[in-house]
Amino acid sequence: MKISAIFKLALKSILLNKSRSFLTMLGVIIGVGSVVLLTSIGTGLQAYVTDQFASLGTNILYVVPGNPFGEKGGFGGQQSVIERTKPVLKRRYFNSVIRNNRDLIKDGVFTTATVTGAKYGKITKTVTLYGVTSSYESVYNTQANKGRWFTSSEEEKSERVALLGPKIAEELFGQIDPVNKTILLNGQSYTILGVLKEKGGGFGGPSFDSYVYLPAETIFKYFDTEFIDSFIFEVRNKEQIKDAKLAIEKTIGKELKDDEFTVFDQTQLLSTINSILGMLTVGLGGISAISLVVGGIGIMNIMLVSVTERTREIGLRKALGATPNLILAQFLIEAALLSVIGGLIGLLIAYLGSLALQAYFPAKVTIQAVILAFGVSTIVGLIFGVAPAKKAAKLSPIEALRYE
Amino acid sequence: MLNLKRVSKNYKIGDTVINALDHVSLKVEEKEFVAIMGPSGSGKSTFLQVASMLAEPSAGEIFLNGVEVSSYNEIQRARLRNKQIGFIFQSFNLLARTSALENVMMPLFYAGIKTDSNYAMDKAKEMLERVGLGDRLYNTPAQLSGGQQQRVAIARALINDPTLIFADEPTGNLDSKSGEDIKKILKELNKEGKTIIMVTHEEDVAEIAKRQIVFKDGKVLSDHKS
Repeated sequence: MKISAIFKLALKSILLNKSRSFLTMLGVIIGVGSVVLLTSIGTGLQAYVTDQFASLGTNILYVVPGNPFGEKGGFGGQQSVIERTKPVLKRRYFNSVIRNNRDLIKDGVFTTATVTGAKYGKITKTVTLYGVTSSYESVYNTQANKGRWFTSSEEEKSERVALLGPKIAEELFGQIDPVNKTILLNGQSYTILGVLKEKGGGFGGPSFDSYVYLPAETIFKYFDTEFIDSFIFEVRNKEQIKDAKLAIEKTIGKELKDDEFTVFDQTQLLSTINSILGMLTVGLGGISAISLVVGGIGIMNIMLVSVTERTREIGLRKALGATPNLILAQFLIEAALLSVIGGLIGLLIAYLGSLALQAYFPAKVTIQAVILAFGVSTIVGLIFGVAPAKKAAKLSPIEALRYE
Repeated sequence: MLNLKRVSKNYKIGDTVINALDHVSLKVEEKEFVAIMGPSGSGKSTFLQVASMLAEPSAGEIFLNGVEVSSYNEIQRARLRNKQIGFIFQSFNLLARTSALENVMMPLFYAGIKTDSNYAMDKAKEMLERVGLGDRLYNTPAQLSGGQQQRVAIARALINDPTLIFADEPTGNLDSKSGEDIKKILKELNKEGKTIIMVTHEEDVAEIAKRQIVFKDGKVLSDHKS
């Protein structure tokens, strides 16, 4: 017999009890809404991170001390915590990598960082000084928006010059043009050469836009540090990434033990971050899925009540020719419809929620999340509808007609 | 048309077995109007349930139009009830908050006919007009009097052109005026050629039938035609 006719029948009895149907759906609405919204936040974050990495360039290799991906190190940004006791990466390793692999490596940067106070006029800020080489401009595609980068000769002479990220420039100088102004870093005066273009990024934490960029040599000279945090190499083209990685490992491997340094590329870093975010997404989705199960139990509860309440109706339908399967289908479809309609409303709420969030947060409702939520809510309806529907189908017409 | 051969129906309540029907043999011919009477516990209701295929007999055979139907399974019996049997209940058994028209169409629905088709609409209207409710098509049971509700139920019993109509105390829940209306309609239906089997305990209702069968202790006590 015509399933579509049974659908109409089920829909009608849902509409006959509008407020009860809505309250029954509420569990599924909340369940589906929270699953979709939370996974949309998770996937949005992943997409955002991937985007950020792509903007940094894809033909970049990093060398850091220790093993940030290993069990000991623990992944924590570009440097491993345990290796802070003595300098591991040395400038001559960097130079020999550049010298020995001209066919693979176009250019490179070594970086160091320290934190200090910056002062301009009456404004004082604690800033991160990012010591780099002048090649940073081309390797990272980070031009000066105003002014210029320092030159390699300024770098060699450890001159007290600096560039500002756009955010810190704004914080220290406001509307004033910082170029050729002088700021105090750790009490010594530095000339601002330029302001960098905006890079974005850095959720809550410091971003590239709030760093002060100095020649690494200047930091070594004036800030009592000799730690190199990382080498960054620009590979001539993407296809050579693997070869370049092996070449760098070989060159530095002559000086350091295997576990004292790690060479990695963006994809490795990205996949680590993505696997963490993926896990987070699944975890959040899983927790909110519990409410979906609770919603399903709500549906089962109401359907059981409904079967009892409609015992006479069931008896009548059976007397007039409804087979047990048709009664089963009617109640099963009713439960599934409650769940699916609830799922659709939940989906709509999640979608609106993600739109509202987009102003503050990169939320993204994916087709997969929609299909998953829709599928799960249908299955929830069917599973929790089976028991009441079976109960209805089993009723004997005589007993049911006699029921008061 | 309906032929029961040594039909029994036993119920088990705890350890005791109750013989609600005890080897009843009975024949109902086409166009007959039979009243089944007897005190409560006499087996008249059980007879109606078994004869109308709502319940399975414990023993014996039932033939409907020469076909042995007592061994039918649940699904076969449901289809048989839908196509060949019309039911009129004491308490009407209409669906609440559902129009008279839709109530009448319910047997059509289970016969696999689209209830939004012109055929179904026309047929249901025709049936309601036949019981004098042509102006009450869209009223729900709550908006109808008891007599009107029972007339809707009669229209519903007629819609699939059944060969047999079973009525279980059709006037039992009605005042005497409405009861008279229902009696009149049943008489007319019989005159038009419908076979009716009616359970009642009221003498005056039984009198409209042409044959009265009295049950006692699960057996036929008397059977005479007027």
